[in-house]
Amino acid sequence: MQIRTTDVLIIGGGLAGERCAIEASTAGHDVTLLSLVPPRRSHSCAAQGGMQAALGNCVKAEGDEPTIHFLDTVRGSDWGADQEVATIFAHEAPIAVRELAHWGVPWTRVRPGRNTYFVKGEKVEIDEPEDKAGLIMHRDFGGTAKWRACYASAGTGHAVLYAVDGEVVRLGINVQDRVEAMSLIHDAGRCWGAVARCLRTGRLTVWLAKSTVVATGGHGRIYGQYTTNATINEGTGATLALETGVVPLGNMEAVQFHPTGLVPSGILVTEGCRGDGGYLLNRDGERFMVAAEPEKQELASRDVVSRHMMNEIKQGRGVDSDFGPHLWLDLRHLGETHLRTKLREVWDICKDFNGVDPSKEPIPVRPIQHYSMGGIRVNKDGEAYGLRGLFAVGEAACWDLHGFNRLGGNSLAETVVAGRVVGQRVAEFTAKASLTVDTSVAHAFLMDAQKRLALWLDRPTVGDDVYKIRDAMGEVLNQKVGVFRNGPELESAVADLRVIQQRIANVGLRSQAGGLNPELTAALRIEGMTKLALITAEGALARTESRGAHSRTDCPTRDDSRWLNRTLARWSSEENAAELRYEPVGLLDLPPGDRGYGKSAQEPMNESVEQHNERVVEGMRDEGYLPTVEPMGSRMQWGAWQGHENMPMRPERNE
Amino acid sequence: MSQIVTLEKPRTLQFEIFRFNPEEPEVEPRMQIFELAEQPFMTLYIALNRIREEIDPSLQFDFACRSAICGSCGMMVNGRPRLACNTLTKDLPEQIRLRPLPVFKLIGDLSVDTGTWFRGMAEQVGAWIHEKEPFDPTRQEERMDADLAQAIYEGERCIECGCCVAGCGVANVNPDFVGAAGLNRIARFMKDSRDARDADDWFEVVSDENGIFGCVGLMGCHDVCPKDLPLLEQYAYLRRKMLTTGAAR
Repeated sequence: MQIRTTDVLIIGGGLAGERCAIEASTAGHDVTLLSLVPPRRSHSCAAQGGMQAALGNCVKAEGDEPTIHFLDTVRGSDWGADQEVATIFAHEAPIAVRELAHWGVPWTRVRPGRNTYFVKGEKVEIDEPEDKAGLIMHRDFGGTAKWRACYASAGTGHAVLYAVDGEVVRLGINVQDRVEAMSLIHDAGRCWGAVARCLRTGRLTVWLAKSTVVATGGHGRIYGQYTTNATINEGTGATLALETGVVPLGNMEAVQFHPTGLVPSGILVTEGCRGDGGYLLNRDGERFMVAAEPEKQELASRDVVSRHMMNEIKQGRGVDSDFGPHLWLDLRHLGETHLRTKLREVWDICKDFNGVDPSKEPIPVRPIQHYSMGGIRVNKDGEAYGLRGLFAVGEAACWDLHGFNRLGGNSLAETVVAGRVVGQRVAEFTAKASLTVDTSVAHAFLMDAQKRLALWLDRPTVGDDVYKIRDAMGEVLNQKVGVFRNGPELESAVADLRVIQQRIANVGLRSQAGGLNPELTAALRIEGMTKLALITAEGALARTESRGAHSRTDCPTRDDSRWLNRTLARWSSEENAAELRYEPVGLLDLPPGDRGYGKSAQEPMNESVEQHNERVVEGMRDEGYLPTVEPMGSRMQWGAWQGHENMPMRPERNE
Repeated sequence: MSQIVTLEKPRTLQFEIFRFNPEEPEVEPRMQIFELAEQPFMTLYIALNRIREEIDPSLQFDFACRSAICGSCGMMVNGRPRLACNTLTKDLPEQIRLRPLPVFKLIGDLSVDTGTWFRGMAEQVGAWIHEKEPFDPTRQEERMDADLAQAIYEGERCIECGCCVAGCGVANVNPDFVGAAGLNRIARFMKDSRDARDADDWFEVVSDENGIFGCVGLMGCHDVCPKDLPLLEQYAYLRRKMLTTGAAR
């Protein structure tokens, strides 16, 4: 058996994994990074519009500070976020952005003097002061009180990824690309690395490590073709954790639909378009968001804008096409120069895929799956529930910064902020750890993986088709676990997905090709993907309220008396089913209140914030929250948000 | 406002695709023909996936973002290197010949190892900021002129797809030549006020046959770059800088 050892094994070569790798490598550890693709091809490169950090550098950002970023994030999450994590995040984001500037990210900079912007449909001219010249510029994004998104045209993720990967190259970190982890090696509550399959040769390698980090991104491809996500976002990391049977996935029903997916390809068109003044129009050319959200208009949070768009379509005001009804994103008034500099990637995408010149024509768009708020549940140090030595970071994790709705620009920020924060914890943990795993444990996991491969390769060449199963799963989720949900449809989705899962037993393998064998690779992944899909639907069915992106037409109230909590799903291989449990949402500082957009009914908490907070520590530990380096709550900045101005809707203290 | 409509008369497309799996060396390299009915908005991403899913499940190729930003899917399309994902079949004749990019090591069929090549190039040219002093987390960011940031970004947009390398007469014969992607990256860092390297340092990196003086000016790279990078301007900048530096030595 081929066994290799390393101090830190990082699975996933996007921004979160690489930033974490830098931290561990700088601390002197031997780091190995496994990635499905060369790191610069990771989906992080597809982040377009920006990265949130409260630097407060331009006029429309004046007075911004981390506390306001914290407020926006928690309200955006519809109070589903862990507020201590949101506090850590908001305060670390400015440092992370400046560090990226140090590493060479060509952030768009403040241009002093007269600048022309579009704000709420009005052309405005603002003088940026001389004393801010050359600092990092911001653009507006949805759900924020200030202009806060730092950006490099509409290629922010690309620019950040190249800078971070440059550091990985400089440090000489061992990157193994075209490698997929098949299982985590674990024993008695301790993770010791992974069994990995080479996607060039098909051969297996055991990687033993003192600490293991999962940073595999989201799992949007469970929605089949109905996602902005890259083809590689198939939830390989979430599956690894789920298959341990020990580690839970958090809030899998919290799925973000981006308002502006290009029709028909589903390619993302950044929120930066609306941030820079773009409009949404219906078939009659009306800006329906003005009446729907007078305060924020097109720049309410994504869940809210997506719902208004779907309502507009349902009420017959969409534009008919052979690919279903859509709406328009209108950027014509921004002008060609702006589009070809500050939104250059949007210009390219419209030209390449639709033959549309966005300075002359509006862009066909509709909401589409975009981001997985749910993922591997970890504590504030990034360590997974119930398995020491296993960490998760970025979109693969449920840290839980985003709760039930992530704000635009917060995911790119999360990758590097969490990469730094969790990377430090990984480095500390690794420094104290020693590799004491019995090789017979590793051998058993290797045997399991080999057996799994052999069973697939022994299958008949005729039978059900793995790609048809993937498509069927995508149809069910898109139709029944979408922007709007309801009990009967969710029940039907769960039933459908169970049937789809059973169909896997009858799948044939047409190709016996050596090496990668793409069909075998797809077959191995579909087993996990159907489980993730099922948990998503079951979590949505069980949660009889509406919160953030989880919107139940049969339960339209946000119910803080019963559902101010986080869903935890563990997989039982004996039952071949998930067990859903719930934990407190985390310590509350900002009490639940109005978000300031997307008006909804609310059922208040039936206890005080103090009573809630008293049961949080024990409640979360009971569900697997491992001890953290600093005690829970140590980073809370109690009441710092009180008295802040510029808040569109300040919640009242819950007495 | 233009409506999205279907094709009037779908064509039958004939794909002639290079096949070889190094894990099955006993099967000789060959060209294989597949037929597909064209569909509206069909890209080579859609077509190749349909071929794999409906006809031959062993076909290897690489896609990730399918929106022309990750650089995974460079291949030779009717003799020209380009990204497959943003190539619409409606812009191609009915006969479409697909081969893997040259220069890069073949992984199988249309899949090549660009990752190893680009990591090697990054190490060769030192494609990271050589800091002037360590990062200080307590300080405001260093200021940068907005136009300079924009100029750096222009070069930064390279997605390392390898089309320029595949289309380069020099890179096809000299494996150490850094190619257009490498020269562009050098120019990007030379322009960056945050980088500590001066013209003499850069002269050591780029002034031999593997760098700027290795380019013989065929400019195939410029013709095939799917991101329309300003490669002519980048070379002019590099050559001017290196000529003055070299002449002053």
